[in-house]
Amino acid sequence: MSDVAKLLVGSAVERMEDARFLSGSGNFADDLAVEGMLHAAILRSPIAHARIVAIDASAALAMPGIHAVITARDISDTIPIIPLRLAPLPEFEPFRQPVIASDKVRYVGEPIAVVIADSRALAEDALERIGIEFEALSAVTERGASETPLFDFAEDNVALRYDAGFGDADAAFASADYVRTERFSVQRHTALPMETRGLLAEWNSSAGRLVVTGATKVTFYNRRALAQMLGLREDDIDLIEIDVGGGFGVRGEFYPEDFLIPFAARKVARPVKWIEDRREHLMAINHSRDIACELSLACRSDGMMLGLRGQVFADMGAYIRTNGGVVPAKAAQFLPGPYRIPHVSVSVEAFMTSKTPVGTYRGPGRFEANFFRERLIDMAATDLGIDIAEFRRKNLITEQELPYPIDGLVPYEGPTSYDTGDYVEVFERALKEIGWHEKRHLQGKLVDGVRHGIGLGCFVESGGAGPKENAALTLEKDGSLTVAVGSSVLGQGLETVLGQIASDTLSIPFDRIRVLHGSTTLLDEGFGTYHSRAVVMGGSAVLDAAIRLREKILQQASNHLGRPNSELKIINANVVADNGASVSFAALAAGCELQADGTFSNEVRTYSYGTHAAHVTVDPRTGAVKVLDYIAVEDVGRAINPAIVHGQAIGAIVQGLGGVFLDHLIYDDQGQLLNASLADYLVPTASDFPVLRAVTLELRPSPSNPLGAKGAGEGGIVAVAAATANAVAAALAPLNVEIHHLPLTPPRLWRLIKNAHARAITAA
Amino acid sequence: MTSARPVHFTVNGAAATVTVEPRTTLADALRNELRLTGTHLGCEHGVCGACTVIVDGAAVRGCLVLAAQAEGREITTVEGLGSAAHLSALQLAFRKHHALQCGFCTAGILTTAHALLTEEPHADEDRIREVISGNLCRCTGYLPIIAAIMEARIAYRDVQCEAAQ
Repeated sequence: MSDVAKLLVGSAVERMEDARFLSGSGNFADDLAVEGMLHAAILRSPIAHARIVAIDASAALAMPGIHAVITARDISDTIPIIPLRLAPLPEFEPFRQPVIASDKVRYVGEPIAVVIADSRALAEDALERIGIEFEALSAVTERGASETPLFDFAEDNVALRYDAGFGDADAAFASADYVRTERFSVQRHTALPMETRGLLAEWNSSAGRLVVTGATKVTFYNRRALAQMLGLREDDIDLIEIDVGGGFGVRGEFYPEDFLIPFAARKVARPVKWIEDRREHLMAINHSRDIACELSLACRSDGMMLGLRGQVFADMGAYIRTNGGVVPAKAAQFLPGPYRIPHVSVSVEAFMTSKTPVGTYRGPGRFEANFFRERLIDMAATDLGIDIAEFRRKNLITEQELPYPIDGLVPYEGPTSYDTGDYVEVFERALKEIGWHEKRHLQGKLVDGVRHGIGLGCFVESGGAGPKENAALTLEKDGSLTVAVGSSVLGQGLETVLGQIASDTLSIPFDRIRVLHGSTTLLDEGFGTYHSRAVVMGGSAVLDAAIRLREKILQQASNHLGRPNSELKIINANVVADNGASVSFAALAAGCELQADGTFSNEVRTYSYGTHAAHVTVDPRTGAVKVLDYIAVEDVGRAINPAIVHGQAIGAIVQGLGGVFLDHLIYDDQGQLLNASLADYLVPTASDFPVLRAVTLELRPSPSNPLGAKGAGEGGIVAVAAATANAVAAALAPLNVEIHHLPLTPPRLWRLIKNAHARAITAA
Repeated sequence: MTSARPVHFTVNGAAATVTVEPRTTLADALRNELRLTGTHLGCEHGVCGACTVIVDGAAVRGCLVLAAQAEGREITTVEGLGSAAHLSALQLAFRKHHALQCGFCTAGILTTAHALLTEEPHADEDRIREVISGNLCRCTGYLPIIAAIMEARIAYRDVQCEAAQ
């Protein structure tokens, strides 16, 4: 290893990104401006389900400053279809989304036409002058609620059903002392990154080349998809990643606009920029969650879990987009959680409705599954007269049982096992942090007009998806280092983390490192950022490249100094020989090209795990909940930058609390989205959840990668609904209120309290 | 739309003139005409606070003010708070506390906090939370933002002392 004064990996170094963001010199999509640039605005369907009879764009086209109005007719006889990037189950193929509506619209917000104009304002003006004749059809807004098939080829609106599991759940249930079945649901909501989507597409007609700036997440995959749709070679398209104002799963998937804007730029032969406004963001970007579940648990009378049965019902919206069935599949896979349940049977039903299509949002399926299971555990423990902590302790998988196989729960995935960890120790740590033993007497107690509740939620969750990531490191002539990586940066601090890894390995000062990311121009291939994979995969690829570059530097120094490698040390960007002679990296780089490629291939997933605990009060007169204390304890294997990991955890907890109490995309029975503005779609603000804590542990490194890192960006959200809803339920238990459905808004809780009171009076 | 007319104001201490249509917002004028792109637009309907700029000392939503309304005013944007090479005490506190992740909401939070602490350098945590609750952030969960602003207060007190002397 190189001689360095202090290793950066594992230390909370300040972020290299921050100076540019703090000074307002970041470079986001809407900051782009090029000579001759035109602006796009998109006409979106105002109704949920209809036939398009006619489109009349003549009045819009006649307006000054309007360059084009593009509809399906202008594109081709066969409208390109957005591919399934993940979970490519053949059943979903016919439900994929065309890049623009041609004969039918299936959700409010579906693109129908694109206006290209001198300014965004003029383009928006012209939208109002496009006449569309619709023949309205019945909207479908619930499972099985309508006879109307949304797709002509289909008999009903179910896109996919499957069964999965292991063991013999029927036998387990038949022999169990105790069985309880409940129905739960998590409402439709979305990630809501602060930056809306945006793209600048530039077509060079003489070269036949296209450059699209504003791409992110999975740029190489998206380039492949776009090349096929436009009939171009992949090499003739560059997808460029600049600063991205948050992703959380939704940003950077291939959306209709990722075709429409490049297509428009080629058609008008001018650069075209499109910036999504917040209203269209809420109706166009992937929605998520929206899962209902019927869950049954079979136990022995002593609380040992024997079997779990779950039926997952997922509202997929109007089309199956790139993420396929990931959300329901993961909801089903993570139903058993970190517990030893020998017999598990799950089923998934993915059904179509007249709503915006769904995709992944941070902790997809896990947020939901943990809520369903942890709620049912509290109910079962209470029925059996067992302390809720003791019930969990008894059933958590022990370290001796790891690796613990959970094969067979996802039909499109191979065998997989929970890898390493001490689930019980982390659980005990969370109990200690929340003060379980001191505070448990408060459960349900009325103190100063509010009822107290403490809730627990345990989880295990996967990260680090394969198959591969690539990196290329270059020692520049001035002795600085350029790191290029196929991972994408969506604001999570990845530049800093990768810089730390490279700095340690090469003994180059951190401030002499520049990290380039995501763009298809940097590498032959990259795999992007999702499933908490950027550090596990991208970080390992950077490490590999750094080790190779170090060997090249030492070899070059050996030639230069005339000393064998064994007598050389790297100290602060210099190579020093035992005899005192030295040469700087800059001098070495001036003499020859010093560059190294690195790669990391791995199909073994990491399994982060932990426990959340929440202490809340509920005001029974209003249904208002206050979070008094919240603790999330997670073992991430290894934290490259503890401050960044901590920031991920705290940020994720707050997003999760939004999902529990606030975030809710509300549709009426006509399929109209009722709250497509930030005045109506509520997310947490600075005054909502002031007391939150996160403890990041590095107990058991991941065996899958040389860094020992596990996914660390999603563990902060996945058990928030579980712990918080359990706390609210505990607070309201004396009032005979049970919690099954999110969000826990004051009106919902108030109604539950009122109804329970009415039932009690009737019974009396 | 040929009704563009000139508007004069001061931005970050320098005189500026933009020629814009009456419907142009201050945020759009700053971003598109003056290329001060540090001010971001997150919702364009006055909720998220990303576009907050300081107009005559008050934190104002750049998306809800027309450029024409800024005639003769003094405007401070994030670019006026400090440069990448010379970050202000407030900006340094944000970096120290990891009070930003994606950086998109940051400009509006910095300008809001700057306006607050300039007026109220002794603002307590509740007051800071109340004021910052008008700015949405989806990355940080707000805790480090509040911590950074709390820490930066001392720098504003010093400024007030100097002014008093």
